[in-house]
Amino acid sequence: MDRAEVNEKIRSLIEPFNKKGVAIADGTTFAGDLEFDSLTVMDFVAAIEDEFDIIISMNQQAEIETFGQLVDAVTKMVS
Amino acid sequence: MTEGVNQPDQPETVSGHTPDLFAKFDPLIAMREGLLASGVEDPFDLVMEKVLSPTRAVCNGRETILLGTYNYMGMTFDPEVIEAGKQALADFGAGTTGSRVLNGTYQGHKEVEKALCEFYAMDHAMVFSTGYQANLGIISTIAGKGDYIVLDIDSHASIWDGCKLGDAEIVPFKHNDIEAMEKRLRRIPDGAGKLVILEGVYSMLGDIAPLKEMVAVAKKHGAMVLVDEAHSMGFIGHHGRGVAEDQDCLADVDFVIGTFSKSVGTVGGFCVSNHPKFEILRLVCRPYVFTASLPPSVVATAATSIRKLMHGSNKRAHLWENSKTLHAGLKALGFQLGTEEPQSAIVAVIMPDLERGAAMWEALIEGGLYVNLARPPATPANMTLLRCSLCAEHTGEEVQTILGIFEAAGKAVGII
Repeated sequence: MDRAEVNEKIRSLIEPFNKKGVAIADGTTFAGDLEFDSLTVMDFVAAIEDEFDIIISMNQQAEIETFGQLVDAVTKMVS
Repeated sequence: MTEGVNQPDQPETVSGHTPDLFAKFDPLIAMREGLLASGVEDPFDLVMEKVLSPTRAVCNGRETILLGTYNYMGMTFDPEVIEAGKQALADFGAGTTGSRVLNGTYQGHKEVEKALCEFYAMDHAMVFSTGYQANLGIISTIAGKGDYIVLDIDSHASIWDGCKLGDAEIVPFKHNDIEAMEKRLRRIPDGAGKLVILEGVYSMLGDIAPLKEMVAVAKKHGAMVLVDEAHSMGFIGHHGRGVAEDQDCLADVDFVIGTFSKSVGTVGGFCVSNHPKFEILRLVCRPYVFTASLPPSVVATAATSIRKLMHGSNKRAHLWENSKTLHAGLKALGFQLGTEEPQSAIVAVIMPDLERGAAMWEALIEGGLYVNLARPPATPANMTLLRCSLCAEHTGEEVQTILGIFEAAGKAVGII
């Protein structure tokens, strides 16, 4: 799966969590722009893990601050 | 020659913008000030001036019924327990001043570990200075780099801190969700070590885990299993060994973590296990090695209490009665509770928000009842809770008094 496909899938997965309808770009941050709390992060990560059948450990999550970094990390895991 | 050399003792003035390291606490400071400005008594600054019994104390000048102490079996004032402590204090002194692996292992430490082995019918027991350190030490030591820890998202702070101290990959799953746990176990790469961490009773809402199913799933995927039974020891299970015993899966649990600061009635933590190499942990577990051991009086009281808990079935039955009566009574009054049915000796009353939770806490304390006020971030889903923990020494009459205080406070604050 290439980056564009991963990007598109994650964009659709993020929708139910994007309560304020923030415009998503590579630089959008989860904690700052999207205001995700720890429970939202858990549910959102679980949705991505189930979609791609991968594990994103909390250690890996700590390195991911923006939407673009997430797409990069998932692309790397599924290719 | 520079000016600096001419004036060597002049303090350096900080230039530029250097943030105060305490700035990160500003939101909490503001929240606390806001709460106290509304006139409520500080729920986190309660002083017990006198402790009259396991269920009564004088708090902030008032005689108070204690309903938030985790002193489930009321062992703190047991005459034999106190006597054992006094004797050890006289015979062995006030403290050990040393690590368990140097000068800090006395006869009493060996005896309390033996009592634990007998209580759980397991081969090995290792005693730590607190329950927090038991989780911190065992988890960070047994799961290392390249290993995976799969744990419930509602795990206690000591479990999370154990994860943080170690080098394993940390993978949480939704609370008590067997399917979510299995999915994560299935995705762990081949060859990696796996540790599943569960709790018997989750202390915030007082709910129990479906351990039988979860432990079976963990074993199917080749994981070792650690269960924290802090809130069930002495009370749940035929021998008081906890939820795993009650659900008949204790034999498949590799490590049980527990504490002396609840049913046992003193302070300290432990891990019991049948793992054949368990004893090596005494040399490699840093929170065990690099701290002073428990005082002789503490291990003596703990050993005496643990042995008495082996025969505590009557007290257990009365504690269940108390828990059922309080749960049913609060439900009938219209309070929202953490569990539909009573599952442990903890009954959590869910508050609509922190302000009304604090007001309710104050109304209760003024009415002569102490409960725990639990607030985010310690609570699941950012709830504010009034957490009640019952004691086997609460009389049936006392439970009715407690319900009366709850009713008056709930009406005064407008929650029911």
